[in-house]
Amino acid sequence: MTIALEVTDLTCIRGQRVLFRGLAFTLLGGRALALEGPNGSGKTSLLRLLAGFLKQASGTVRVLSDTVAADEPEERGRFIGWHAHQDAVKPQMTVREQLAFHARLYESPKDPQTMLAPFGLTAIADLPGQYLSAGQKRRLGLARLHLSMRPLWLLDEPLAALDTAGKALVAQAITAHCAAGGLVVAATHEPLGIDCDALRLGSEP
Amino acid sequence: MTPFFALLKRDTSLAVRAGGGAALALAFFACVVTLVPLGVGPDLKLLARIAGGVLWVAAVLAALLSLDRLFQADYEDGSLDLLALAPMSLEASAFAKIAAHWLATGLPLTLLSALLAVLYNLPVAPTGALVLSLLVGTPAVSAIGAIGAALTLSIRRGGLILPLIVLPLLAPAVIFGSGAVLAVLDAMSNGAMLLLAAFSLLAVVLSPFAAAASVRLNLG
Repeated sequence: MTIALEVTDLTCIRGQRVLFRGLAFTLLGGRALALEGPNGSGKTSLLRLLAGFLKQASGTVRVLSDTVAADEPEERGRFIGWHAHQDAVKPQMTVREQLAFHARLYESPKDPQTMLAPFGLTAIADLPGQYLSAGQKRRLGLARLHLSMRPLWLLDEPLAALDTAGKALVAQAITAHCAAGGLVVAATHEPLGIDCDALRLGSEP
Repeated sequence: MTPFFALLKRDTSLAVRAGGGAALALAFFACVVTLVPLGVGPDLKLLARIAGGVLWVAAVLAALLSLDRLFQADYEDGSLDLLALAPMSLEASAFAKIAAHWLATGLPLTLLSALLAVLYNLPVAPTGALVLSLLVGTPAVSAIGAIGAALTLSIRRGGLILPLIVLPLLAPAVIFGSGAVLAVLDAMSNGAMLLLAAFSLLAVVLSPFAAAASVRLNLG
């Protein structure tokens, strides 16, 4: 499936402050886009806007695929894999249970058990979420992202709290996703360590 | 239907596990219902007459205890974002959460009420009416409570505002619920039970839409 993300004339206002105005870009399948900019420049807001959680003050966000052009947030949401800095880990559920739940929630054809090994979760598979370290929670989030099987990945600080191997894992995952024709938009302060386009927010006064 | 049942199962099991609040609600219900006869005194006739009202009020208050976390827990840890992007509408998610809350709280409260009615010297037939009224009416408590929970999900200590929003809306359930018990006690015709059923049906059908709309507002 080929897919593209088209953003035109996008304006975002949060609490009467204009975060960005007239933002426009088109991202074709197979490309990754790194969102850069200082704290408060609107990286997370742009991601939430793309996901349809936030309403834009003006402009359009469209996901174009072979079959549909999704304008409305609800339709767009079906294309999106979300991996934000909130890790969505339940303290009372084991890693295995959380993956199994996510697979069923997203009607994933993948077996959640096969996600344990690639993300280094095998040893902690039966550990409840409350005992996981920040980095382990991030790894669980990455495994969930893969289970979602969505073409457009929206990542917020995907490298945060991860060790060197974990960061390599993220770079690898993004590269593989792009190679398969997927799209990635990642807000980040650190270089992702891969070849990607960059969009800088908050440069204008 | 897979996502719906996945969420229903997860929320029910989270509610009954440690820290989920279902056991707390049950214990609170038992405490309040046991305490009232101690305060009112051993007037058996009076106790039987107030039984329906006390158990209904206690059930509503107990259910409220676990309602404030219905959406808030998922909102705080980011699960709500993942839920919003799942291949099911937010209305269906809200309905799954309401059903899970009822299974973990409303249903056990209903079953426990049969036991607690003994403390009030309630005869068998009115006890049956009480259990039936709770069975029919507690879904409305979970459903209307979900609207309040969705409205207050981003408010810190929203659990304190929740009762102010939800309790006035639940007045009909308490009136018809305790009325249904009194009608059987007085051997009168029981229209209250039908009105309670109608109220409950309406609440269960409409609440998911209101709750989902409110969740959408709060995601931004």
